[in-house]
Amino acid sequence: MNTIVPDSRLWASAAQLVSAAGEGACIPCFGTERLDRAVAERLPRAALHEVFADSEDSSSGAAFAVLLAVHALGPGEAPILWVREARSAQALGRLHATGLNDLGIAPGRLIHVEADDATATLRAAADAARCTSLGAVVIEPWGNPPVLDLTATRRLMLAAQASGVMAVLLRVAGQPVPSAAMSRWRVAAAPSTALEADAPGHPAFDVCLLRQRGGIAGIEARLEWKRDEGKFREAPLSGAVLPLAADRTAAHPSTA
Amino acid sequence: MVFVESVKGAMRIIACCQTAAALGLASGTTLADARARVPDLEAIDHAPHADHDWLEALADGCGRYTPSVALDPPDGLVLDIAGCTHGFGGERELGAEIESQLARRGIAVRWACGDTPDAARALARFQTAAAPDEDAAIRRLPVIALGLDDEDTVALSRAGLKTIGDIACRPLAMIAARFGADAVTGIRRILGEEESPLTPRVVTPPLRVERRFAEPVARTEYALEVLGELAAEAVVVLEETGEGGRRFEARFFRSDGLVQRLAVETGQPSRDVKAILRLFRERIDSLSDPIDPGFGFDLIRLDVPIAEPLDASQLKLEGGAVAEIEVAALIDRLSTRLGRGRVRRFVPRDTHIPEQAELLLPAVEAGKPVPWPKPEAGEPPLRPIHLFDPPQPIQVTSEVPDGPPLQFRWRRTLHEVARMEGPERIAPEWWRRREGKGLTRDYYRIEDVRGRRFWIFRHGLYDEVEQPGWYVHGLFA
Repeated sequence: MNTIVPDSRLWASAAQLVSAAGEGACIPCFGTERLDRAVAERLPRAALHEVFADSEDSSSGAAFAVLLAVHALGPGEAPILWVREARSAQALGRLHATGLNDLGIAPGRLIHVEADDATATLRAAADAARCTSLGAVVIEPWGNPPVLDLTATRRLMLAAQASGVMAVLLRVAGQPVPSAAMSRWRVAAAPSTALEADAPGHPAFDVCLLRQRGGIAGIEARLEWKRDEGKFREAPLSGAVLPLAADRTAAHPSTA
Repeated sequence: MVFVESVKGAMRIIACCQTAAALGLASGTTLADARARVPDLEAIDHAPHADHDWLEALADGCGRYTPSVALDPPDGLVLDIAGCTHGFGGERELGAEIESQLARRGIAVRWACGDTPDAARALARFQTAAAPDEDAAIRRLPVIALGLDDEDTVALSRAGLKTIGDIACRPLAMIAARFGADAVTGIRRILGEEESPLTPRVVTPPLRVERRFAEPVARTEYALEVLGELAAEAVVVLEETGEGGRRFEARFFRSDGLVQRLAVETGQPSRDVKAILRLFRERIDSLSDPIDPGFGFDLIRLDVPIAEPLDASQLKLEGGAVAEIEVAALIDRLSTRLGRGRVRRFVPRDTHIPEQAELLLPAVEAGKPVPWPKPEAGEPPLRPIHLFDPPQPIQVTSEVPDGPPLQFRWRRTLHEVARMEGPERIAPEWWRRREGKGLTRDYYRIEDVRGRRFWIFRHGLYDEVEQPGWYVHGLFA
C-alpha cells in the first residue's frame, strides 16, 4: 500500500490560508442566529467586501456599505474614505452629512473623494487601501466598468490585508463579476418597525450573504441598525407572531 | 497687415505693421480708407485680451532677469534691476541682452534705464535725442511723458510749457494751483523727488532656490533630479527657521523664453523631500502634455511661498501623530492627482435649510475638525443619507389637498405609502431674501410598502401657492 506523504508546500500554503483568515480583527456578530453561525469570527475585517444593491435600493445599499464598516470598526473615530465615481454622485444624489450623522457616522471622520472615471476611482481606492491609518475605504464605481475585474479586486484585497484597512466595494445596479473579495452581500430595503403613530422606524435591511470565502453562503437575514449602540441587530418581526403563553396548558388541552 | 477694431461705429485701424506704416497707413484711419489705398490689405480683429495675455507671458519670461517685473499696459514692462545686473555685466549689457533675446523672437523693443520707474518708463517711450545724463534727458522729454489726462497735457502745452524741464523751473505751487496736484506728483516722481512704488507682478516669495545652467538642460529626467536637489536645499533652509512648506512652486525657464510652472500643496507643513518629490511626480503625471524642454532649460527655480511653523516634536513617530501624518499624506497625494476640489471634508453650517446644512471643503485646507451635534437617543434618522440636487418632482395623491400623501408616482413607479411621519415645516430664511418670503416646505418621512424610505416635501402651503408641487428631496437608508 502506498502511504501518501503530504507535500510540505501544500501544508504550508494551507496553513497560510487558515492563518490569513483567522488573524486580525473580525467583523462582529450581527445578532441573528443563522447569519452569525455562518459568519461569526470568520470574516476578517481587513479584506475586500462587496455590497450589491438594485438602483431602487441605492440608499439602503450605500448605507449598509458604510454601516458595515462602522459596525466592524467599533467605537472610535478611525477615518473612513469614500471614493465616488462622478456619475454615481450625479445619479444617486449627493451624500448628506446630517443624514450620515443621524445614522451614527460622525461626518468629520469621512473623507469624500470624487473621481472622473472607474480607473481613477480604483486607483484612488488602491492608494487609500494601502494607508494603514485609515479605518475603512468605501469604493463606489458606477455600473459595470470593464476595468473592475479579478485583477483589480485581488489588488484591493491584498492591499487591505497588508494594511489592515477594511475595503467595501459598493455596486449599485451592478452585475457581480468573478472577484477576489472575502464576502459578497446583496442588500435591499426592508419595512421598518413602526414607531408611535405609525411613523417609519429605524433603518432595516434585507441582506443576503451571497458568497463567503471559505464559508457557507446563501444566508438571508433582516437586520436593523441600532444607531445608539453602533451595531446591527436582528430586526424584530413585524408583530404578526403571537407571544407564547407562559404555561403550555393552552397548547395541550388534553393534558389539562 | 493691420489690427482693426470697431470704434464709434466704424472699423478703424488700431495698429499696423511696418510695411503698412511705410505705405502711409496709421492708427485711426478707417478700414474703408485703408482698403481703398491698399487693396490687398490683411485686416485682423484686435483682441486686447490676447495682447494682455501675451504681455503677461513676456513678463513671466523676464522673471529670469529680475524678480520684480511690472506691467505697463498696453505694451510695456517695467523691470526693477537693482542688484540684478552683476550676472550680465552692467545695465547696458542687460538691456542689450534683453533686446537681442526679444529680437530673436521677432519683437522690436525700445528700452531705457532710469533711477525711478516713472523716469525709465518715460525715457523708453518718449526719448528722441541723446542727452549728456539722465537728468538732462528727462528735462528734454515732452509733457505727455508725465502721463496726465489729455486735457491737462493740452493745457500745459497751451500755457507754453512744452518740456518737463520747463515745468520743473516754475514754482510747483503755481503748477498745482493751475493744473492740479496730479501734475505736481507726476513731476516729482519723474525727477526722483518722490517715491513711486512699483507693483511687481509676483511678490518675491520668502524662500527661493534656483540653479542656472551655462549649457541648457535638455533632458527632463535630469531637470527633475535637479529639482530634487533644490528641494533638499530648500528643506535645509526651512529647518533653520523651524518651518515646513505648505506650497511648493517649481518653474522651469526654457532657453526660448517659455516658462513651465508646477505647483503642489500639502495639508500639513512638510520638510520631507521624498514626499514633496512624489507630489511633483503626481502633478507631472496628471499634466495633459508632458514637460517639453524644447532646446533646454537654462534656469530651474523652486519657491516656497507658504511656510508654517513645524517643530521637530511634530515629526516624532508616536501613535496618533503617525496616523495623522499618514492620512494627511494620502490626502495630499489624492488632491495633487485629482484636484484639491475633489478631496473634501464635511463642515457643518448653522442653518435649518437642509440642502445648505453642510459644506464640502477641500481637505488640504481643513483645520481642526468641528464636532457635529449628536442626534437624540432613540430617534430614527430624521434626515436622509442621499439628497437630490435639485429635488425630483413627483405626482402625489392624498386624501385631502392639505393632508399627507397616500401614494405617489416617481420615475414612472407608483409607491404606496405604508408609514408616514410629518409634516416637518421648514420655512425659508425670509431675512435673506429681498424679493419676498420664499415658499414654505412641509416635509414627510415616508416608507412605502416595499420598505423604501423617502423624504418628500410639498413646496408651498396652500395659501402661498395655487398648486403646490411635490418633490422627493432625498432617500433614507
